Amino acid sequence: MSTSALTLRNLEKTYADGTRALNDVSLEIPIGDFFALLGPNGAGKTTLIGIVTGVVNKTGGSAHVFGTDIDTAPSTARRHVGVVPQNVNINIFEKVIDIVVNQAGYYGIARSVALPRAVQILKDLGLYEKRSVEARALSGGMLRRLMIARALIHEPKFLILDEPTAGVDVDLRRSMWDYLTGLTKQGVTILLTTHYLEEAEQLCKHVAIINDGVIITKGTMAEVLALHDGSTPRDGYTGGRLEEVFLQLTHDKS
Amino acid sequence: MTLYEEWVSFYTIVRKDAQRILKIWPQTFMPSAVTSALYFLIFGAFLGSRIGEVNGVSYIMFVVPGIVMLAVVTNAFSNTATVIFTSKFFSRSIDEILVSPTPPWVMVAGFVTTGIVRGVGVGLVVLVVSLLFTHLVISNALIILLFLVLTSALFSLGGFINGVYADSFDGISIVPTFVLTPLVYLGGVFYSANSLPSFWGAVTKFNPIFYIINGFRYGFIGTADVPLLVSLGVLLALVLAFAVTAWYLTKKGLGLRQ
Ligand SMILES: Nc1ncnc2c1ncn2[C@@H]1O[C@H](COP(=O)(O)OP(=O)(O)O)[C@@H](O)[C@H]1O
Ligand SMILES: [Mg+2]
Repeated sequence: MSTSALTLRNLEKTYADGTRALNDVSLEIPIGDFFALLGPNGAGKTTLIGIVTGVVNKTGGSAHVFGTDIDTAPSTARRHVGVVPQNVNINIFEKVIDIVVNQAGYYGIARSVALPRAVQILKDLGLYEKRSVEARALSGGMLRRLMIARALIHEPKFLILDEPTAGVDVDLRRSMWDYLTGLTKQGVTILLTTHYLEEAEQLCKHVAIINDGVIITKGTMAEVLALHDGSTPRDGYTGGRLEEVFLQLTHDKS
Repeated sequence: MTLYEEWVSFYTIVRKDAQRILKIWPQTFMPSAVTSALYFLIFGAFLGSRIGEVNGVSYIMFVVPGIVMLAVVTNAFSNTATVIFTSKFFSRSIDEILVSPTPPWVMVAGFVTTGIVRGVGVGLVVLVVSLLFTHLVISNALIILLFLVLTSALFSLGGFINGVYADSFDGISIVPTFVLTPLVYLGGVFYSANSLPSFWGAVTKFNPIFYIINGFRYGFIGTADVPLLVSLGVLLALVLAFAVTAWYLTKKGLGLRQ
């Protein structure tokens, strides 16, 4: 059995319009990790996640999920993955509970099993009162939580979140982080992207920084933080250590 | 996925869209009921009496199968085309299935089955409407049902393929308007191909819908311009070709994935 939840080798993506979004990306995420994929806007994070989850076709390289090749056994590879996408991809005319229960259906989980599970997850995420309304009646933060509920209904062993806390208020962000750390304690592997570097610094075990489709550094949080060159801080605002390393590396490149 | 899990996923796709079709019945069933009532009124009551009999039946009975097929073809097609197109273009909720273990053939089968639900449903509604204007002659109900199902399957597969390729709303309205409707009208809805001048008679034989309407009509009046097995053969071959195409596109993710 593979010891990594995700293995990417020499991953390439060039979009139809010629944009080269990923350039020879190799990564390994060990089982049980809380992994942060960081990078400026347009770096290729969403593209990478799209390839792993089956909504983007790669143009080169390979990807294995728990040792299963996404090309040769896509169905098996997807079975244990849950994804919370960056952009809302919900049909807003569907009811909250239906969205979650139907998603279970696509994983082969019967309604009778999925319904009680959905009720519990919606309760955990504070959406139970909204279960019977159409998704268009939800606020932005609620939609985000609905997408988390939808991603968890089949009890994935590997959860991928693409900027789950973007545009979410402080309270909710805190409780989301608590919820996610709770999941890692149960053994769920998490890959996330975020622009909140201080939170990533505190929570994540491993980190990779990507810029212009190239991984510019990866390692444990401690290793990456150690890259901080200690140069005298600029005038004005200075962020946490990870933020300084991030800026240093992503600016060096360009 | 196990066979049972595949069944659950298939059932989920079908159930969800069937509920949608029923919920918005004024948009899914009513339009065909109204337009076909108009056809029956004009071609049956107003013109039919002057035309007299065609192929041994009253003119209205001769046109009923074609009018039913017109509704079946356009509804089955646009149902799948619209669902696929909107879920990939607007809500992007097609991702819900793409990220799941549901294999491409289950996805195609699910959406095509919903197209069949819509096509057969609308076909039956139009048949019921026709009862207001004529006594239906039925020679073989099984053939009628078989052609309803297979025709719905064929055109919802067509709608699937169109929805996958379309990148604008116009992209899914062009085919019904400029391809399907003319093919149905020229496929012998209103006349027997045998009565056409030889040139047009020959052209008609290249129109796949001609075979479909004739096979379907055979189920009612027991005669047709072409042998039943030829009609069935053409229909089955087309269903197979379209099914393989739809499956291949889904498997490769062409048009669905980025
Ligand atoms: N569908 C697409 N077609 C063409 N280019 C795209 C598409 N999606 C993303 N890109 C481009 O690929 C690059 C990486 O984008 P993305 O993966 O969304 O980055 P990130 O998530 O890190 O912000 C960007 O240059 C972006 O403009
Ligand atoms: Mg992104």
